[in-house]
Parts: sequence; C-alpha cells; structure tokens
Amino acid sequence: MSFLLGHFNYLIVVFLMMGGLWITFSSRNYIKRMIGLALFQTSVGLFYISLGKVAGGTAAIVLDKTSKAGEALNAHLSPDYVARAGVDGVVYSNPLPHVLILTAIVVGVATLAVGLAIAVRVREAYGTVEAGEIAELDRTEAGPRA
Amino acid sequence: MNAFIDFYAAPPGLTAHAAPLLVIGPLIAACAAALSPSTRSAWMISVGGTIFAFWMALCLAGEVARNGVVNYYMGGFAPPLGIAFRIDALGVMFALLISGIGVMAALFSGHTLEAEIMKGKRRLYQSGFLLCVAGLLGLSATGDAFNAFVFLEVSSIGTYALIGVGVDRRALPAAFNYLVMGTIGATFFVIGVGFLYAATGTLNMADMSGRLATLGDSRVVEAGFAFIVIGLGLKAAMFPLHGWLPAAYAYAPSLMGVFLSATATKAALYLMARFLFTVFGPHLDFVGLFLTWVMAPVAGAAAIICSAQAIFQTDIRRILAFSSVAQVGYIMLGVSMASAEGVSAGLFHLFNQALIKSALFMALGGLAFNIKATKLSDFSGVGRTAPWTMTAFAIGTFSLAGVPLTAGFLSKWRLIEAAFAAHWLWAVGVIAVSSLLGLIYAGRMLETIFFRAPVSEERAGEARFGVLVPLWILAAASVWYGLDASLPVDLSTAAAQALGLAPAGAAP
Amino acid sequence: MPSFATPLDANTIVDIALLAMLAVIVVAVARTRSLLTAIILTSVYSFISAVWLVVMDAADVSFTEAVVGAGVSTIIALGAILLTRSECSRIPWRETLLPLLLVTVTGGLLVYAALDLPSLGDPSAPANIYVGRLYLQHAEHDIGTPNIVTAVLSSYRGFDTLGETTVIFAAGLGVALLLGFGERALQDTPRPSMAKMAESGQHVVLRVSAKMLIPMISIYAFYVQFHGDLGPGGGFQAGVIMAVAIILHALVFGLQETMESIPPQLARGLSAFGVLLYAGVGVVNLTNGGNFLDYDHLFPRIFEEGLPDSHLVGGHHIWGQHFGILAIELGVFLTVASTMVTIFYAFAGRAPDLSPHGEG
Repeated sequence: MSFLLGHFNYLIVVFLMMGGLWITFSSRNYIKRMIGLALFQTSVGLFYISLGKVAGGTAAIVLDKTSKAGEALNAHLSPDYVARAGVDGVVYSNPLPHVLILTAIVVGVATLAVGLAIAVRVREAYGTVEAGEIAELDRTEAGPRA
Repeated sequence: MNAFIDFYAAPPGLTAHAAPLLVIGPLIAACAAALSPSTRSAWMISVGGTIFAFWMALCLAGEVARNGVVNYYMGGFAPPLGIAFRIDALGVMFALLISGIGVMAALFSGHTLEAEIMKGKRRLYQSGFLLCVAGLLGLSATGDAFNAFVFLEVSSIGTYALIGVGVDRRALPAAFNYLVMGTIGATFFVIGVGFLYAATGTLNMADMSGRLATLGDSRVVEAGFAFIVIGLGLKAAMFPLHGWLPAAYAYAPSLMGVFLSATATKAALYLMARFLFTVFGPHLDFVGLFLTWVMAPVAGAAAIICSAQAIFQTDIRRILAFSSVAQVGYIMLGVSMASAEGVSAGLFHLFNQALIKSALFMALGGLAFNIKATKLSDFSGVGRTAPWTMTAFAIGTFSLAGVPLTAGFLSKWRLIEAAFAAHWLWAVGVIAVSSLLGLIYAGRMLETIFFRAPVSEERAGEARFGVLVPLWILAAASVWYGLDASLPVDLSTAAAQALGLAPAGAAP
Repeated sequence: MPSFATPLDANTIVDIALLAMLAVIVVAVARTRSLLTAIILTSVYSFISAVWLVVMDAADVSFTEAVVGAGVSTIIALGAILLTRSECSRIPWRETLLPLLLVTVTGGLLVYAALDLPSLGDPSAPANIYVGRLYLQHAEHDIGTPNIVTAVLSSYRGFDTLGETTVIFAAGLGVALLLGFGERALQDTPRPSMAKMAESGQHVVLRVSAKMLIPMISIYAFYVQFHGDLGPGGGFQAGVIMAVAIILHALVFGLQETMESIPPQLARGLSAFGVLLYAGVGVVNLTNGGNFLDYDHLFPRIFEEGLPDSHLVGGHHIWGQHFGILAIELGVFLTVASTMVTIFYAFAGRAPDLSPHGEG
C-alpha cells in the first residue's frame, strides 16, 4: 500500500504523458497534434517536479526557522526529520527540477507557436490541415509552388 | 591533432574564453543580423559570425592538442553546481566541422536567399541560420546534459520555420512533421535525462558518468538510456526513425539542405556517441548488448534498405536525402563496433559525408533554375550547360560512391578494415552490398546529368561565382583528403581516444 | 539510508485528486473532435497543473505554467484555429492501432522504470541529496537572493536561461518568417482579422474596463519583474504578463491602434536586443576578468570595492550578482514580452484565407 502511495504520482504522470503522445500520434489534424504535443511536454514537466518533492517541504525561498511561517511548517514534522532533510532547520523541496522545467515550459510554448504557424501556412497552401488530405493533394496536384 | 598547435595562435585573452565565444559569437551575430539595416549587411554579418566561430574552433583545437581537454565553467561555478563546457578531441572535431561548413553555407547563402526567400525576410533568415549554427556548436561543446537539451532546441526551433518558408509548398508539411518528430525526440531525451538525474542527482555528464560507474545497473538507468538513445535517434534520423528527413531536406530552401544535411543529424549523432561511451560506457552490460544486438543490425539494415530506396527516387534531392540516411547507417555501424578502429572510421566517414553532402546540395542549389527543377529528369544534360558546377557535383558523387582517390573511398576502406578487425564479416558484406547500391544511384544521377540531351533550351545557368567558390572548396577538400587524409584521420583517431576506446582485440 | 514511506496526509490527498482530474481532462481532449473544446480543456489542464505545482512547492513553475500554458498558449491556439478550422476528422479505428502499440510500449517502459524510483517525497532520494541540496546550502551566500530558484535560474545555470531566451527569440523569428509581421492588418482594406472580429462588439463596458485593467496588469508585470529575487516570478513571467496587457489592448481597441503605439519593427528589434543585453552582460564579465556570465565580475574590481558592503559578511561582494541578475532579467523580460507581441501580431494580422477549399 505504501509502495503504491509512493509511486501513484509517477503512474498517473506516465498516463498523462502517454495521453499526450497518443493524441499526437493518432491525430491527423495538425492543430490536434500540436495540442497533444503540448500536453506531452507539460506532463514531462510534472514528472520532473515529482522527482524534486520532499515530504513536508516548502518552496525553495529562504525561510527563517524562527519566523512564524517557519514554526508553522516545522510544527507537523519531527525534529529528527527536520534535522535530516532540512537546511538550517527548514525543509525545502528540491529547486533544481523547478529551474529545469521553467526552461522546458518556455521551450514548449516556443514549439507550439512555431508549429501552429506552420499549420496556418499549410492551411493557406493546401486548404486543409488534415494530414491525409494533404498527402492526397501532393499526389494528385502537380506544381511545387506555394 | 598536433598540427593545430603550431597552426594557429590567438591572443591569450581570446584563447582563454574561446569555449563560450564559440557559441556566443554566432549568437550575437544572429541578433545583429536581425537588427541589421539591409540584406547585404545581414549576409556580411552571417559570414563574419561563422568565420569568427571557426576561428574560435581553431583556437580550441590548439588548446586541446596541447592540454587534452578544455574545461570552462559558466558563471565561474564549478560543476556540479554550474554548467560546464567540456571540449575534448571529439568535441573539437565537431566544432571545426560545424563552423567550417557554416562558413561555406554562409558564403553560399548570399546568392541563394535572393532566389528563394521573400525580400523582407532575408535578414531574419540569416538570423535564424546563425542561431542554428550557435545551437549546434553549443551542443558540441557542452558538458551538461540538460544544457544539451537547451542547445538541441536552440538549433531546432528556428530551423523548423526555416525549412518551411521556401517556394515549394511541400516544404510546409515536411517542416511540420520534422517539428513533431524533432520535439518528440527532444522530449524523450529530456525524459531520459530526468531518469539519469533521478539516479545520480547531477546533470553534469562527467559527474554523471562517475556516479553511474559506482551505482551500476538499475531499471531507472536502463530506461534513461533507452529514452536518450531513442530521442537522439529521432533527431539523428537513425533508421527506422528517419521518416521525417527525406521530405524536409528535399523541399527546404537550399541553404537548409546544404547546412543541415552536413551538420544537424551529425550533431545528434555526436551527442549519442557522447552518452554511449562517456556517460554510460560500453562496459555496462546493457550498453554492450544494445550496441551489438540493436544498433549494429539496424545500422546494417539502414545502409542497405535506404541505399536501395535512394535508387528508386525520382526527385534528385530525395536521392541525396535517402543516401544521407544510409550513410548514417555506415557511421552507426562503425560506432557500434565500440572499438577504437570502428569509431574512428565511423567518425572519419561522418567527416567526409558532411563535406560531400553540403557540396552536393550546394551544387543543386546554386543552379539558377533550381527552384523549378526538382526531378532528376529536369537535370538532363545540365552537365553540358553548367560544367563547373556539375563537375564539382560529380566529384562529390564519386566521393559519395567511394571511388578510389576520393575521401569517401578511404573512409569506407577503414570501415571495412575495422569490421575485419572486429571479426564482423557480415558487416563487411553489408558495406560491400550497400556500396554497390550506392554506385547505382550515383551512376544514375551522373548519367542523367552528363550523358542525356538537355530537355529544353532555357535550362541554362552556371552557378554564380559566389557559389562556385565555396562549392569548389568543398569539392577540392574531398579530393585532397582522398590523397592525404592525415588531418581527418588524426582528428577522428584522437576523437575515438577521447572517448576512451581501446583497439579491438585488446582487453578493455 | 533510512527507509521512507510517503505519508498519507492532506498534501498527498490533494495531489492525487488533482492528478486524477488531469487524467480525466487528457481523456476528454483525446476524445473530442471539436478543436475549440480541446484548446479550452488544455487551458484548464494548465490551470489545474498550476495548482498541483503549488502543492508540489514549485511556486515559480506554477506561475509560469499559469501565464504560459493557460494564457499565451491558449491565445495562440485560438488564433490558429480561427485561421484554419475548428473540427478535426474522425480517425478510423484501424489507424489507431499502431499509435496505441507505440504508446503502450513507451508507457510500459516508463512504468517499468518509474516503479524503481524512490517514493514520492523521499528526502534521501539521490535527486534530492546532491546538487539540489548544495544549492539550498550555498545560494544565499554565493548569490544573495532569497528565492533559490531565481538564484539557480539566473546565476548558477544562467547559461541555460540564455539558451532559453534564445529559443524564445528563435520562435518569434520563425513565426515572423512564416506569417509575416501583421503587415496585412495595416493595409487599408478592411479584413476580417482576429482583432477586427473582437473589435466588432465595440462595447463601452469592455473599453472602459480594459482601460482600467491595462495599467494594473502592466504594474503587476513590473512587480513580478523586480520581485523575482524575493518571491516567485522573474523576467519570463513578467514578460508574458506585459505581453498580455498589450494583447488585451489589441483585442479591445483593434490591432491597428496597438500597432501604431508599438510598431512591429520595434517589437522585433527589442526581442533581438533582449538577447543581446543578456549575452552582453556575459561579455562584460569576460572583459573584467571573469568567466562568461560570472556576475561577480560585472563591475571592475576597484568599483566593486568602493561600494558599501552588501548585507553578506565574509568579504564576498555580491553587488555584481545583484545587478547582473537584474540586467539579465531585464533582457529576458524584453525578449519575452516583445516576442509574444510579435507572435500575436503575426497570427492576428493574418487574415483568414477564404479560399474555395475553406471549410474552417
């Protein structure tokens, strides 16, 4: 039971990632594929963040353990645990995955913008954004010009 | 390698910071190109930026020849806290290759953008090209796994658009597919790095490698390995993940064909070699199994199947694109031997391929009428109307097919030697069969271009002088290195040593 | 290593509940054929994951996910379906078999490995005891910002952030190459552009409330910009918020009016300038004898020693770090805000193509 509880996060995050990937692979519509890709990338972010969570921790913004917030935070934790997991008497979650995912989110929106812009151009050049119809048009219509 | 020590001396202040400047130079040039007042100035900035990068790569080569490895700590923070550049002989080889081809492509771009890109957008196009150069150079220099992802994206995001905006509308769906596959590849890479981070707690590759050696095998590490290899395989168009490549290279504006065919997939291959040999190391069971039982057969299949596919293409650029995938197969074959001979032969082949492919795409792109002509039959008899351009094309094709006295012959020969040394007789057979297939498609191209009658009168046009210069430099390099291969052989041997590989037969 | 079991506390329960909601949304997105629905659901997905990220203590990421995933991404995607079509075709079930196989194999591999990971929240997991912990121990001394995410983002791993800013710049460049700079909207013939459609309402309420909101949003953007050292926020989030204020202006008052005050050329120039500023700070560090992006060398030695002591003892000067971070965050802000505006101009200025194929 406790094993399941400790890995439940990862299982759902894997489901989310694969959901996004499935939408990308199975859809023929360019916009839908970009949506799937965005979900996939976001979910990978959730995976990283899960790695960096520390039980009973707080956001990695330096906190004085004698302050009100610091005491409230430590009230639920055993001193032994705080001494082991904390830094200067306060337990923080790991900031490194946060930094990485900030970067990844930015990369995600950049990809989304470029992908959708290509989709718009495809619509203008072919009159459709369905992969099947585009392949059909490439087969039947000669003329390489946009 | 030692040639580089005496070859160039830069001011010590520059040499000390050559590592970041290698990337920052083209990056600043990219911003400047976007802000520049005219197309011409943007072109000059582009040429200047790539030459600067090449200069920095030469400085680094000298440093590496002297000291073995160049370490540079970004922000002054030593790893694992900060991001470090770690450049060894392998990294230098790629930095030289990418920036060198970058200079040639930049020279070439002045003419080709005029023909293929709308007037108001050429500055931005130069800027995007420079970003791609900066990203690929960063990839060759970084020693940090997540930083590698960032550079992978720096080099790709702009590229997707650059491929799509030519005159051929088929480039748009091609660019879209490339974007989807490239993004999935990069995201897989991130997942893999995430697993490695979960196992080791660090992102620095050298640190990661040390910790993995003590940790040994675990399911997390295995999955990290699998995702990194698949992700980079997608980016490198490793068979059978190459579906996006032929259309993207064939229909893109010719500048992209010239530059990307020589560098983009190669940089992903570099990163894969880096992970296979430096971060993981062939001593790990699953890496050895993967190299022998997955990578080698797949590489062999790529070399044969894609060469055969190239024969049946009607579009000349698609022939070259399929040939590229087949050549990636050769390189992979060399790498999968995991011996010093195999890897250095693979890298030597990669070096030659970069020169050849950019020369071939440049010759096609330089022809004045190229915009309308994509089919092989359109090129009938062009050898007579554009002899200079097409002679260079022919030299490239000879080298591609592995005709003796060209560099392509030497690298294939070394691959065969390495296969014998590793007792992989089947690999020798694969190389032989694939080379025969290569002769067929090369012969088919040359036959059409030189021995068929021109289709109509308007097919004219020698490439302009500005195109002929970089084109002939590349073609001459293929001949030169076919006669005296000491430079690429030294580079690739030093690179294989930098990966810590022992010669086959000797116990590791 | 002491064993660790994830506690079943309120935190974990909320975590599981939110993740379950996300799973439902993904299924709904996969099933719907209306792209509008899919986009709105994706936006909801981003909001819920932003909440989840707060539960996971990732305040900065949560902020970014909210402004980017639920904000800008949604705007871009809506613009895109306006220019393409809003329905997607039905997929024959045979065509779903291969994707299903691929996804199952990939997912299987992920589960295989994920079950081998340490339990959620384990403080002694390898990921949490090494570099992450070193940052927590050293950041305040080395960098001097209470928000450790900011310290890592802009100083320890500042080079990544330079790359990230470059990626944004590249995206703006790519979109401008593909769709132009909204020049079609500036041509005199009226076209049914996205902004025009929004404008057609001409509601007084809309205009008045927008006039009140835009300054407040802008001020908030600056707050987020300069408060980034202390709390969640920074150049990236601030840039997006600033861009949203400008986009709101364009939606209510019309694209042309916005383009007159912020011309596309200006936006484009600023986005390159932001990257230049960031890289320029790095180069200044070089010329002052430091490594690239080593803000300790932002100022010449003599100048730094002449400054009053910073609040840190031990002779370690951090004024360079402080101003270096300020400068690069400004670069990020400029690039992000202007690139988002450029992307919006490009999409909004592109009139829907009413060709005979048009079914969208």
